[in-house]
Amino acid sequence: MRSFKNNTLSEKTPLWLDPKKRAIFFQFMTFVMVGLLAYYLVSNTLVNLEKQKIASGFGFLNKESSFEIGESLIPYSAASTYGRALLVGALNTIKVSFIGIVITILLGTIIGVARLSTNWLVSRLAAIYIEVMQNIPVLLQLFFWYAIFYETLPSPQEAISPGAGIFMSNRGVAFTIPEGHPAHLYMFLTFLVGCVIVYLIRRWARKRQEKTGQIFPTFRVGTAIIIGLPFITWLGFGTPLEMDVPKLVGFNFEGGLTVSPEFIALLLGLIIYTAAYVAEVVRAGIQSVSKGQREAAMAIGLRPPLVINLVILPQALRVIIPPLTSQMLNLTKNSSLAVAIGYPDFVSTANTTMNQTGQSIEGVALIMAVYLFFSLSTSAFMNWYNKKVALVER
Amino acid sequence: MKVFKCFMVVLMLLAAGSMAVAGTLDEVRTKGVLTVGVNAGLAGFSMPDDKGVWKGLDVDTAKAIAAAVFGDASKVKYVPLTAVQRLPALQSKEVDVLCRNTTATLTRETVNGLNFAHVNYYDGQGFLISKKKKVNTAKKLKGATVCTLPGTTTEMNAADYFRKNGMPWKPVVIENNAELNKAFFAGRCDVLTSDASQLAAIRSVAPNPEEYIILPEIISKEPLSPAVRHGDDQWYDIVNWTVMALIEAEELGITSANVDEMLKSTDPQVQRFLGVNPGFGKALGLDEKWAYNIIKQVGNYGEIFDRNVGLKTPLKLERGLNALWTKGGLMYAIPFR
Repeated sequence: MRSFKNNTLSEKTPLWLDPKKRAIFFQFMTFVMVGLLAYYLVSNTLVNLEKQKIASGFGFLNKESSFEIGESLIPYSAASTYGRALLVGALNTIKVSFIGIVITILLGTIIGVARLSTNWLVSRLAAIYIEVMQNIPVLLQLFFWYAIFYETLPSPQEAISPGAGIFMSNRGVAFTIPEGHPAHLYMFLTFLVGCVIVYLIRRWARKRQEKTGQIFPTFRVGTAIIIGLPFITWLGFGTPLEMDVPKLVGFNFEGGLTVSPEFIALLLGLIIYTAAYVAEVVRAGIQSVSKGQREAAMAIGLRPPLVINLVILPQALRVIIPPLTSQMLNLTKNSSLAVAIGYPDFVSTANTTMNQTGQSIEGVALIMAVYLFFSLSTSAFMNWYNKKVALVER
Repeated sequence: MKVFKCFMVVLMLLAAGSMAVAGTLDEVRTKGVLTVGVNAGLAGFSMPDDKGVWKGLDVDTAKAIAAAVFGDASKVKYVPLTAVQRLPALQSKEVDVLCRNTTATLTRETVNGLNFAHVNYYDGQGFLISKKKKVNTAKKLKGATVCTLPGTTTEMNAADYFRKNGMPWKPVVIENNAELNKAFFAGRCDVLTSDASQLAAIRSVAPNPEEYIILPEIISKEPLSPAVRHGDDQWYDIVNWTVMALIEAEELGITSANVDEMLKSTDPQVQRFLGVNPGFGKALGLDEKWAYNIIKQVGNYGEIFDRNVGLKTPLKLERGLNALWTKGGLMYAIPFR
């Protein structure tokens, strides 16, 4: 009766009594107020900066940075611009976050599965690891690993060599790497080609299996192609074997590949801390799949690896991925603690830039923009993956 | 639309209201305390002692300003700031004045909107190194790993120096003083670079101070000065002339011990300086006894130097450039006339 009344009268309802239009009006007003507030903050800041004769704008990015950065993925010197210095910092953040995330997921999964092990000792050890590491602040862990590095390892002159061509000292770990050769580029290209071929084979094998039921040994053939193609290329170039061995010159090792103590300490701290959380996420995901599923899968004769691959994992992943994404973001954001132990990440280079140019507001805005970009692109990728996994549900 | 316009007007008024600024001197007087940005822990310049009382050359400079403004050197609130935080803290009015071993530079005076008062310590950047490295000149630091603090002129000077001499090097930049020192003492870096006065302070807290030497090369000029914001000339004058007064008192031979006797001096210069012959106080907007209060409660520049960083302190610094101009140094006060 009531709805009928509303419907007939709706033509004549005054604007302010129509809940829908009222809602739109209030939303519009809120939007305007937030917009005005933002405008007020920005303009007031600009006016104040102007009044104190503090320069603003991003022109400083093209000026010469005149500071040095400890490690860099791209060529950089004190003669490069501030923009390039910030790029070096951003790449360093990506480097530590990416490697950190990959290892964290591996380690976290192993510990999460160990936590569910029927072996009493294994599951207890995993539980202790999780409880301890989750409850020690990550900053303390960073200081701990960093101190271990520089307090326990000797100077480069007395470096320890645990294996041929590896030298450990308080300046980092120096590795022997193959000397630069044009063959490496082609080996990398054939590796990429190999990956594409394997992907296509996998698709074909799956279709064939669905049609005929025949199983193709994708894993073995794929491994052979991915390793084999670059190997043949290497043979084709006449097996270049020159090695770039690190040598002690003056104060430090030169040549080879040196991984700095700051990087190792930061990576270790982030991995060990975040892996404890990932382990809990994985445990929860696996436990969310009801026991009956596993028993049913075993009952139809699937072998244990197939039970996990085909039955448990597809269902567990749906539970695991959203909280896992947030752990990945945590790791990326926590990498900004690098400032404390001297790893030149984005925040560190931005800090120096801000101090030398005095453009704090622009610097902080850049820091926020860069981390927002990292976070949004990570979650965009993970959301895409999550959707893909969710489709497995039938 | 009308609502929108009203809203705009209100906002603009708000903006205008917050733009009108009272003088810093009035603000400080209303607050009843002088807020000073200091170093969180630099022996000899500003560091809390074992009872939590702030001590040091920069701290005494801040006390002198409080004595000039309030006639009471204890009315100071200390805000410990890192090198990175210090300029924004001053710009955003979190502190009234910055006494934090800050180097006066062109960029900071222009782009950053600050004014630097008279220098209260002439410094220069040097290198601290372990004797075990057997290096006696900075020219031999090719390929060295160098520990440094971020956000300082130090980073830039070091980069310039190594570039000029064509030597490759690797910086390790750690924000926290204590962490940086620990890493250096443990051998993470070959050398530590900073202002020579800071190197002396850092060496004084080393596990074995005799093992370290400061290399002879001084690679930069570091005039450390108190800083204020652009746009308040009266406040700048007060801070500037407080430092001048410390130096002038040493020139005139007025110390915290003899300042009361000096009130009876027949020297017209002393009479004007101590406000027996009034005039300077009014010109600065302060009490006529301002200089008397500074010297009585804090002492002259020489006393401050000897007490905090001089030869009888763990830092064992010579007066050097910081001696009076009459004794071969650079400390020279503009005439009190």
